[in-house]
Amino acid sequence: MIPPQRRRRHPTQEPPPPPPLKLEGPKDGEGERPPERLYILTGEDGERAPIDLVTLIVARADPPRSAAPEQSALLRLCQSPLSVAEISAYLNLPISVVTVLLTELLTAELVQARAPVIRQARADRSLLEAVMHGLQKL
Amino acid sequence: MDFKSSDTITGPRTEDHLPLTAQAAAKIVIVGGFGVGKTTMVGSVSEIKPLTTEETMTQAGIGVDDNYGSKSKTATTVAMDFGRISITDQLVLYLFGTPGQERFWFLWNGLFEGALGAVVLVDTRRLEVSFDVMGRLEERGVPFVVAVNDFPDAPRYTLDELRQALDLAEEIPIVRCDARRRASSRDVLMTLMSFLHSLTMSAAST
Ligand SMILES: Nc1nc2c(ncn2[C@@H]2O[C@H](COP(=O)(O)OP(=O)(O)OP(=O)(O)O)[C@@H](O)[C@H]2O)c(=O)[nH]1
Ligand SMILES: [Mg+2]
Repeated sequence: MIPPQRRRRHPTQEPPPPPPLKLEGPKDGEGERPPERLYILTGEDGERAPIDLVTLIVARADPPRSAAPEQSALLRLCQSPLSVAEISAYLNLPISVVTVLLTELLTAELVQARAPVIRQARADRSLLEAVMHGLQKL
Repeated sequence: MDFKSSDTITGPRTEDHLPLTAQAAAKIVIVGGFGVGKTTMVGSVSEIKPLTTEETMTQAGIGVDDNYGSKSKTATTVAMDFGRISITDQLVLYLFGTPGQERFWFLWNGLFEGALGAVVLVDTRRLEVSFDVMGRLEERGVPFVVAVNDFPDAPRYTLDELRQALDLAEEIPIVRCDARRRASSRDVLMTLMSFLHSLTMSAAST
């Protein structure tokens, strides 16, 4: 039997265009907002640190009286570090919503965000070695 | 929004808490077609029971055209499973299983960004399902390895035949696995890590 055949592709210079994200038909005019994204990257003006799926969040304070229920719940969850993805799963809220909550809590300095380790042009060899060592113990 | 009132929220079990020393996390993506074993692989290596995060999208967003133009906008929920492996007291690894079909690529916004690398799970019954996703990874420069699940009713090809069919560059590892077995899934991750490691070596020598 002969398997179907693929053709390899190559890195494109420019980042690939974002996938079609329009929620509505083309006629939707103003007031149209980009749909929920998996998580926000920093605003175009770069004023905010990006929140990644695996950014670790730790509460810095107890929920203030003024906190919304979602915010209180989030703060209680993050007594120990928790990734954004886990927060989304435990709160049963989409990542995009969690991101909004976190942005508010970060602004209010009620949580601390620990940035993820990301792939770089030159990957960190010692990081990979640590991961391999960790996997060996599984 | 179906936010559960806070007293019904169950957080992580005590034994699932990360230590306060956890400084940073890294992510790996497991991508493949329907039913190929993504959730199984995440579950077999994860230290926590796999969790699910969901996004909602409309029909238009998933490229389903049979409803196009219909008045009611139907929302569909797409789930992404993930698991976790603590590497050290400071470092945590997350594994995300995500569908490879093109209409789910909106889930990828940011998912592959910064990911250390990816595992492409292929099912020899539907090899072509993974073609697009591999192309996208290549275009984005996300390093990946290929893992072939052996399903009893699947056609058997040699790894060489599959390498040819998938037009894999010679340095890209392709391995067989049984996603249900922890050791096998762990070996796949290990293959990815040593591949990434080898990339840093070759980058250093040029
Ligand atoms: N024989 C065999 N069966 C497997 C393997 N991996 C998964 N399965 C089985 O295949 C079925 C589907 O596995 P899932 O892990 O749910 O697949 P998935 O990719 O998450 O599926 P969707 O999320 O529905 O797209 C389950 O019944 C698994 O037990 C494998 O390596 N070998
Ligand atoms: Mg699944």
